[in-house]
Amino acid sequence: MSSLSGTSAFYRRRKLVDRLMTVLAYACTAAAIIPLTWIVIYVIYRGLGAWDLAFFTELPQLFGDGGGVRSGIVGTLVIVGLATLMGVPVGIMAGIYLAEYGDNRLGGVIRFMADTLTGVPSIVVGLFAFGVVVVNFGYSAFAGAVALAVLMVPIITRTTEEIIRLVPDSIREASLGLGVSRWKTIMRVVVPTALSGIVTGVLLAVARVAGETAPLILTIFGTNFPISSNVFSGPSTTLSLQIFQLGGAPSPQVVEVAWGAALLLVLMVLGISLMARLVFRGQSVSGGR
Amino acid sequence: MNLLKRIRRGHTSDTIFAFVALLFGLSIVVIMGGIIFQLWLQSSVARSEFGWSFLWSAAYRPGENEYGALTFIYGTLVTAFLAILLAGPVGVGIAAYLVEIAPDRVNRILGFVVELLAAIPSIVYGLWGFFVLAPFLRDYVVPVIQASPLGWLPIFGGTFFGPTVFTASIVLAVMILPTVAAVSRDVIRAVPQDQREGMLALGATRWEMFRQAVLPYAGSGVLGAIILGLGRAAGETMAVTFIIGNSPRLFDSLFDQGATLASIIAGQFPEAGGILLSVLIELGLVLFIITILINISARLIVSLISRSPRGGIRA
Repeated sequence: MSSLSGTSAFYRRRKLVDRLMTVLAYACTAAAIIPLTWIVIYVIYRGLGAWDLAFFTELPQLFGDGGGVRSGIVGTLVIVGLATLMGVPVGIMAGIYLAEYGDNRLGGVIRFMADTLTGVPSIVVGLFAFGVVVVNFGYSAFAGAVALAVLMVPIITRTTEEIIRLVPDSIREASLGLGVSRWKTIMRVVVPTALSGIVTGVLLAVARVAGETAPLILTIFGTNFPISSNVFSGPSTTLSLQIFQLGGAPSPQVVEVAWGAALLLVLMVLGISLMARLVFRGQSVSGGR
Repeated sequence: MNLLKRIRRGHTSDTIFAFVALLFGLSIVVIMGGIIFQLWLQSSVARSEFGWSFLWSAAYRPGENEYGALTFIYGTLVTAFLAILLAGPVGVGIAAYLVEIAPDRVNRILGFVVELLAAIPSIVYGLWGFFVLAPFLRDYVVPVIQASPLGWLPIFGGTFFGPTVFTASIVLAVMILPTVAAVSRDVIRAVPQDQREGMLALGATRWEMFRQAVLPYAGSGVLGAIILGLGRAAGETMAVTFIIGNSPRLFDSLFDQGATLASIIAGQFPEAGGILLSVLIELGLVLFIITILINISARLIVSLISRSPRGGIRA
């Protein structure tokens, strides 16, 4: 009898600990969601307040009403576009190499380097682009694009590799069995099959670098004047850089513009990653069985 | 060898393609080498001027051309560890909730929330930390801490102005939380279902099952996730630059201002010239080495998990 009641007390304690830990897990999740929703709602609230016609059409000013972020919108599109042009082919081809030819020691080294490169702080990549481009050719949108491209390459490489590895060997064999050469098999059969997955990886990489600020401080300088029309020389600016510069201004009206730019930037990045999600939902690897 | 064999077989175009693909693959090695080479080259002035003592000198006096890295290494490590101290346990808690408790629908919604968070650029976290969190901490949190028995500790001493080491660490914690939670969720999910069922069949509660059958299995992966978060926190730049006050000092109170390696580079670079420029690039080299070491150790630990036995007797 006594042993039975002892067991039940023990059981009650176990139950209680279990309850407690469950509550704790809920609490952790809540503790994460609170600051995050706080940020999102606050950015929307402050950002929408700053949006008007002038916000989209004027140049920024560090005084008065703060002007607008037209140059930042243009600069972001140009620099991210240039970075995509440079980073995507390199990333995809490196991914193809790793997936199709990379099952050897060299492939292992490259894979390890790509993983390590993903963890390199963006500001360090900015220093690299500064040393390679800015020291020799001066500040330019191109220098910023080089930094962003370097950030994109390892992400695209690893996602491309993973997706291409998902393509079933039977598809490769069918093509090779018809006498198609290996490179044509890769370019005409394997890559198209994996295309939606590759596009998703590219979009995620673009989304990641679109909000980057640190490497751009070191490479494109940032300006409140009209940006240089030549991407290879002269200072440029981006939305992220304008948030940094306007957000540090003493006047609350100028800071207001920074909030507007923050909302615009968040929406742009979110839009790209949602697009990536839609593409991926189609199918990561289409065709085959 | 491989190459020769293919040429003999006569697929010239295949050989060319394999070679081109190899070149692109090697470009990653070139980029990595280029980063190391550039950091080394551009910091040569500072390296020859200060030598190894740069690493443990706390001096930062631009007027007298005296520089050292210690204050920034200290700032980087303190903020990163504080951030992971806050975000680590919470992140693992979230992962446990997502895998063991949450229904599918909640999982999907939280997946979307994580995506939303990944969409928030670092600089926006900085803006929020400076204008929203710092005043909030100043008005509601810091007075409570300082009034409590903890307030006597020197790390909570001094006057809290807003942009401080404390604020920066909390913002960093919020920023790395999704990384820690997502990676630990993946490793916890990878634990074979048999482990759980076996434990539950023995009459264990859910917590006992998690602690004794899941955690030992996923432990190294969770540790890897936490170290990965640490690496991210150490390299994070813009948010910290905005919030920490960017003043080089060996702070002893968290309510004081400080600077990290990344924040001083971003903050000083636009105005830097001459030896200061070289000093900043050497600080970048130090940051590079620190984050590389952290990341490699995280990867080694995570790769251990794939080597752990797949069977049952592991608790």
